Amino acid sequence: MGSTSSTLAKIPNAEDLMQETGFTPAHLVRLYDRFKVLDKDKKGFLTPQDFVAIKELAMNPICDRIIGAFFTSGGETLDFPSFVRILAHFRPIDKNRPKEPTSPDPINSRSNKLKFAFQLYDQDKDGKISRHELLQVLRAMLEKQVTEEQLESIADRTIQEADLDRDDAISFEEFRKSLEKVNIDHKMSIRFLR
Amino acid sequence: MTLLPRLSLALTLLVVFSELSQANILRSSSGSSSGSEGSPSTNVTSNSSTTITTLPIVTWKWHHVETPYLVALWVLVCWLCKLLAQLNARLKSFFPESGLLIICGFILGGIVWGADKAQTFKLEPRNFFYFLLPQIILDTGYFMPNKLFFSNLGAILVHAVIGTCWNAGAVGVSLWGCYLGGAMGDLNIGLLQFLLFGSLLAAVDPVAVIAVFEEVHVNEVLFIWVFGESLLNDGVTVVLYNVFDAFVSLGGSKINAGEIIKGIVSFFVVSFGGSLIGVAFAIIISLLTKYTGKVQIIEAGFIFVLGYLSYLTAEMLSLSAILSVTFCGVCCQKYVNANMDEKSVTAVRYAMKVFANGSETMIFVFLGVTAIDNVIWVWNTGFICLTILFAIVYRFIGVFTLTWMLNRYRLVPIEVIDQLVMSYGGLRGAVAYGLAASLDETRIKEKNLIISTTLIVVYFTVVIQGLTMKPLVKWLKVKRVEPTELKLIAKVNNRACEHILAAMEDIAGRIGDNWWTRGWKRFEDTYITWFLMKPEARKNKDYLFSIFHKLNLEDAVNYVAEGEKRGSLAFLRNGDRTNVDFDKKFGMEFSGVMPDITSELDYGIDNVPMTSIRRDSIPSVSLDIHEQDMKDMNEDFNAHHLLQQHLYRSRKNHRHKYSRSDFKINQSEDEVQEIFQRTMRSRLESFKSAKMGVSPAKKITKHPKPSQKVRAFRDFEFSEVDSAYSGDAAAAGAGIENPAFMPEMDTPPVAPSQRAQRQLPWSPTNLQRLTPLRISNRSTDSFVMADVPAAQDSPEEPPEDGSQQDGTHM
Repeated sequence: MGSTSSTLAKIPNAEDLMQETGFTPAHLVRLYDRFKVLDKDKKGFLTPQDFVAIKELAMNPICDRIIGAFFTSGGETLDFPSFVRILAHFRPIDKNRPKEPTSPDPINSRSNKLKFAFQLYDQDKDGKISRHELLQVLRAMLEKQVTEEQLESIADRTIQEADLDRDDAISFEEFRKSLEKVNIDHKMSIRFLR
Repeated sequence: MTLLPRLSLALTLLVVFSELSQANILRSSSGSSSGSEGSPSTNVTSNSSTTITTLPIVTWKWHHVETPYLVALWVLVCWLCKLLAQLNARLKSFFPESGLLIICGFILGGIVWGADKAQTFKLEPRNFFYFLLPQIILDTGYFMPNKLFFSNLGAILVHAVIGTCWNAGAVGVSLWGCYLGGAMGDLNIGLLQFLLFGSLLAAVDPVAVIAVFEEVHVNEVLFIWVFGESLLNDGVTVVLYNVFDAFVSLGGSKINAGEIIKGIVSFFVVSFGGSLIGVAFAIIISLLTKYTGKVQIIEAGFIFVLGYLSYLTAEMLSLSAILSVTFCGVCCQKYVNANMDEKSVTAVRYAMKVFANGSETMIFVFLGVTAIDNVIWVWNTGFICLTILFAIVYRFIGVFTLTWMLNRYRLVPIEVIDQLVMSYGGLRGAVAYGLAASLDETRIKEKNLIISTTLIVVYFTVVIQGLTMKPLVKWLKVKRVEPTELKLIAKVNNRACEHILAAMEDIAGRIGDNWWTRGWKRFEDTYITWFLMKPEARKNKDYLFSIFHKLNLEDAVNYVAEGEKRGSLAFLRNGDRTNVDFDKKFGMEFSGVMPDITSELDYGIDNVPMTSIRRDSIPSVSLDIHEQDMKDMNEDFNAHHLLQQHLYRSRKNHRHKYSRSDFKINQSEDEVQEIFQRTMRSRLESFKSAKMGVSPAKKITKHPKPSQKVRAFRDFEFSEVDSAYSGDAAAAGAGIENPAFMPEMDTPPVAPSQRAQRQLPWSPTNLQRLTPLRISNRSTDSFVMADVPAAQDSPEEPPEDGSQQDGTHM
């Protein structure tokens, strides 16, 4: 489409972004359009209110955490490159990427996807999912009728199963180990972001 | 089980009774007819039931009530069959209900046949098309998930139009080829008639499809494809049927290019014309409901009458009646639901389901009854077997080819398993039979053969395919089921990932979010809603407002209910036991602070009402009971199992959104509601806290010594608990205001549990009595802030940012 290239020109640092995230120009343009749609007041950046305005998001039990993941370190503005970088986590893994030991993992690598998920649980960023944090996640994702007792038992059991070094918390390594059988690419990729 | 024999006995009696009455009629009618042949005068006397000699106290007036009585009786019998079909749970779990109903129909047909030696109660095409089908389609249209439907409309149309044409043509031509090859013996039939047969058999039937897909949970895209296809292919079916019917009567020789072009043009006219009629009636309904505020009792009825009229109007103009009534339902649902009173909406929904379900039951029973008739059965093995074979094979080929083509343009391709289910779910049903039965036998000599074959195909698809659908799906999907050896954290993460993906899809804009949808929404919001919706309904469209309203209403209702349960408002002071539970359960220091709730509780529309506190106490009371249970249940405790059961389902796991038998359409609608309300509540609270500069309190429990604790907020023994919670509610809520994201805030953005957020009551006027439990680093004057009665703002007012708030409160 002719409009792609013209819109592409409007995006600052488009080339670098594409390099970094792996998005195609068409996708980048599409995301840029979406960014502009979400940015109703034409501020040039997004705020949490813009995310809140997405009605479907309210149906999501962990929507607030997810919105928080976009606005890391308490910032209130989200510019387009950051927006794209977060979404890049959900690109399907490129299976035929050549293995270059020196270059860093692409954003949508398996371990980076896992890191993203891990950060949603580990809100205080100490590198571990404490029992307390786990309780909160479980509370958000479980139906109201689950009692506190049950919740605590589930949390205890969860930590017990995954915790290898007995520090009553789940570190990133333990997290990754527990998920080694899971097809993360399948679970954490959105096809249309290919 | 004693119910079953009794019911069957009752059924049999009913049918026998109707038979006897029928026989009675036949005798009396034959008597009167023979009498009338004699002479008019004797006719008069015999018809006036002989001259009476004395005043009869009671007379037998069967002939007066015959028709309506039989109709009502049959309706009753059919619905009793449905009851029968539900009785045996084990049978119901694997045998599709539609199949059971057909079998009941066989039995009933047998009884009728035994009594009458002729099938007096067949499924007449006229009755079927005018009295049984419209309400089913109206129900389908009215409950159609519009967003899903329109975003997949392209694919649906491709399948409906191209798929049906392909099916019709391929089946017809192949059968003709086999006929020429001699596989069917001698038949008085030609290519055109084969094509006609193909066209009436090609269409996937909406009635049968839903009946089977209800029992098999498939993902929503697949569901809407099959469902939409079954509805929209009527346009094609009607056209093909009429075209080939006309061609058959014209005779093969008169068909030239002109006729064929007319046929193609008629397709467009019929389909679009039918849809436009439906839309026109939808507009009429919506406009009407705009003004029927004063006749709420009857406004529900307008939907049904006008829906039926749209069907008949399209039928009168020889356009596609099913398309008409579908689009009538599809287009009017939004405006009607907005305009009408809630009670009317509920009335309409319930009534629709009753009619639709009732009709569906009757259709299947009569499909069974009609079979027991020796007149129609012409058995031609080759014809029948080949038809079934071709119908299935070509369906598969059609679906796979079309889906392959569509997948190339789709952003999310449809998987092979889903395509398999879609092909296998192409059931034929009563519509095909109705079309077959309305063939003209003078022109189509083999009408009975066609009817028999159609019936066999219908039975085959409904019963056999319906029976095997569930096991097939289970077998196919078995590879994708997670092994339970996954650790709990992995399971939690899996579900969380699904939620994350759903959220990311929403954020990144799903497929439907493009220029067209936005443009349409704009157009609709400005013009159409103005035209078709009541002004009050339009205002309430502001969803934020309605959420607040709903939450407040709910809280208010709960509060009053709880109050009544406890007898009086005195319960608020009464909470010794509950407090203990809280301490124990949460093992936390904070034994809460009980605000003086007995002070005036005003809940204006935008106050966070009192009842949230009640809600907290309620679980604690039930926890008390739970204590006992838990001890007993410890050995049975299984975290995996619990997790499995209670995790909120993600979007892709939700049940499909249309169901003819369940009034609560989407079971997980409750879940979604719950999630939505929790989110809104947490946002509400963080919003409130942002406005007031106070974070929502932790959960409250009632405390026996309220007065003491109220003053004790200076007691810093709460502080360590506070620090854990400080700012959390705010952080969790990407609220309407975002206090969490104020850079000055120093607090760890730990999201609190939802329970912790569930709120203590406060309204701005009550602030002085409340304890701001959070002693944040930011402002040490929180208790001062509490004493300031803040002005009451409306929730919709966009709040100022944090720094300004501090200013106002100081």
